[in-house]
Amino acid sequence: MTGKETPAPAETVLAVRDLTVGFATETGAVRAVESVGFTLRRGRILGLVGESGCGKSVTAMAVMRLLPTPPAFVESGRILFDDEDLLTFPENRMRTVRGNRIGMIFQEPMTSLNPCFTVGFQIGEVLRFHRGMNRDAARDRTVEVMEGVGIGAAGSRVDQYPHQLSGGLRQRVMIAMALACDPRLLIADEPTTALDVTVQAQILNLLAQLQERLDMSVLLITHDLGVVAESCDHVAVMYAGRIVESAPVEDLFTRPAHPYTYGLMSAIPRLGRRSEYLPTIAGMVPSLDHRPVGQCYFAERCPRAGERCFREIPPLTSRRENHECACWNPHDA
Amino acid sequence: MIRFLAKRIGQAVAILLGVTVVTFVLSFLMPADPVRMLAGRSATPETVESIRRELGLDQPLPVQYVKYITRLVQGDFGRSYRQKTEVSALILSRLPATLLLLLGAIFFELLIGMPAGIFSATRRGRPSDNWIMAFSFAGVSMPQFVIGLLLLYLFAHMLPIFPLGGYGTLNHLVLPALTLGISGGGWYSRMMRSAMVDVLRKDYVRTARAKGMTERRVILVHALRNAILPIIAMIGLDIGIFMAGAVVVESVFGWPGIGQLAWQAIQMVDIPIIMGVTLVAAIGIVLGNLLADLVMPFLDPRLQLE
Repeated sequence: MTGKETPAPAETVLAVRDLTVGFATETGAVRAVESVGFTLRRGRILGLVGESGCGKSVTAMAVMRLLPTPPAFVESGRILFDDEDLLTFPENRMRTVRGNRIGMIFQEPMTSLNPCFTVGFQIGEVLRFHRGMNRDAARDRTVEVMEGVGIGAAGSRVDQYPHQLSGGLRQRVMIAMALACDPRLLIADEPTTALDVTVQAQILNLLAQLQERLDMSVLLITHDLGVVAESCDHVAVMYAGRIVESAPVEDLFTRPAHPYTYGLMSAIPRLGRRSEYLPTIAGMVPSLDHRPVGQCYFAERCPRAGERCFREIPPLTSRRENHECACWNPHDA
Repeated sequence: MIRFLAKRIGQAVAILLGVTVVTFVLSFLMPADPVRMLAGRSATPETVESIRRELGLDQPLPVQYVKYITRLVQGDFGRSYRQKTEVSALILSRLPATLLLLLGAIFFELLIGMPAGIFSATRRGRPSDNWIMAFSFAGVSMPQFVIGLLLLYLFAHMLPIFPLGGYGTLNHLVLPALTLGISGGGWYSRMMRSAMVDVLRKDYVRTARAKGMTERRVILVHALRNAILPIIAMIGLDIGIFMAGAVVVESVFGWPGIGQLAWQAIQMVDIPIIMGVTLVAAIGIVLGNLLADLVMPFLDPRLQLE
């Protein structure tokens, strides 16, 4: 949240270091995520922003260790969760992390809930599995959790099936499911994209409230800069599998350094500013198997590209406090 | 629920009526003359005519049909031309054996088909998947008498565990039921596999994994509940199919089911029996489907009885 007083540096909950994820395809291996790194501290919300296909969801799924292997494989990197590398966990230990210490919610509340089971069963299952509760205890706690995420008449809704609920309610059920075990970290993959605008705002507010109340960290994945501005403390912008800029949210919006971020910012329509047409970023994101080699992936589309941009991959370097950018010729250099 | 049942019973009556018309007409289109079959070759034309009158076969077809239906409504299936006994009694005497074989066959079909399909789906494209699908294809394509004789050779002759044929104990049931189970299990495994492959791609399966569920639970609880509907529908169909008897398997194992009764009746053009067996099969199919439709909403609450 912007304007929130910053306490002394909080402990690190999630630190991703140099993560590279490849996918084996028929024509060879491609990299969906390359050398991605970020840090998420306790009680903060980190936004991971980018267009579809930029690797933000793959990053999230890699943290959960839920990528289908094969074809996906983690080439290198570390995923430190409470100082332990999740990539070294055996599967059965990883299961005690998923849904327990890390909760996750997805984009499509319509399809992410199992149509054949009551919402109470689906939330309670987490409690029975991770907390060893019996059915009755799990049910009581489920009703509490449902009330906690603002589901009215939880006592009767607990026995309803997903198709009997609205989209907003279903997403609340997903959130209840993800938070039932009081996780340290919540990964929210486009949690509001499939919802109506008014419901979007409600869900975002709910997430912000819960995050504060539970002192939980949130990794918020979105393509919506509006959502980022509203909820995040820190933002990492991804482009073609790499993080190109990472900064506190206010700093990013007032002083974007990477030309891609800059382009995104100027492509946001604003009220009261009349212009003939909305600025866009020319060209298209290079597809996974046609990424240029040994150069900045954005160079072809970049209005500021120089000769070096086509020769060397720019590393993510610190510019100001907490503000990093991967560009040879950034704005306000 | 009541409205649903009333509607379905209405449909069932219409279907059964249609079935009687079609079977009736088809029976009389057969090139063989039931009266000549009965009277034998050396019978005089007078004898033939008297038998024809006696059976009421001298009257026009529509009249015969109306008479038949009128008696049928009163629960009278008619008498066998040849054995002179009540068709209903003949069918009832075969019903226990038929139902037993039906249950045994569906049991083995599920026992073979479901695990094979589920296992295959979770290992899609890997060698074990290919092997299982090859076996299921073999089961589907092998004639039932070949499977039956093979089982007889292996488990009644080489290893005399089960009797060579006949009817009586549960031991007698195993091989005929297994034969049908192998043959039908191939279909079940394919159906199960494709439904499972489809469901495993769904978002809610990912959700279940993200909740930290074991892969076993993800597949056997979260995915299976969604993938099982086509299997239920198939069981409904199978009930109907097996109600008509399993002619080949009954012959191989000397199983006194409805299939053998039907087979003999067709050879002798014993029309009342043919009609009776067809009706029983039709009732079986209607009931099987109804049963499936009644069960499905309990498995998938989105389905409402209508």
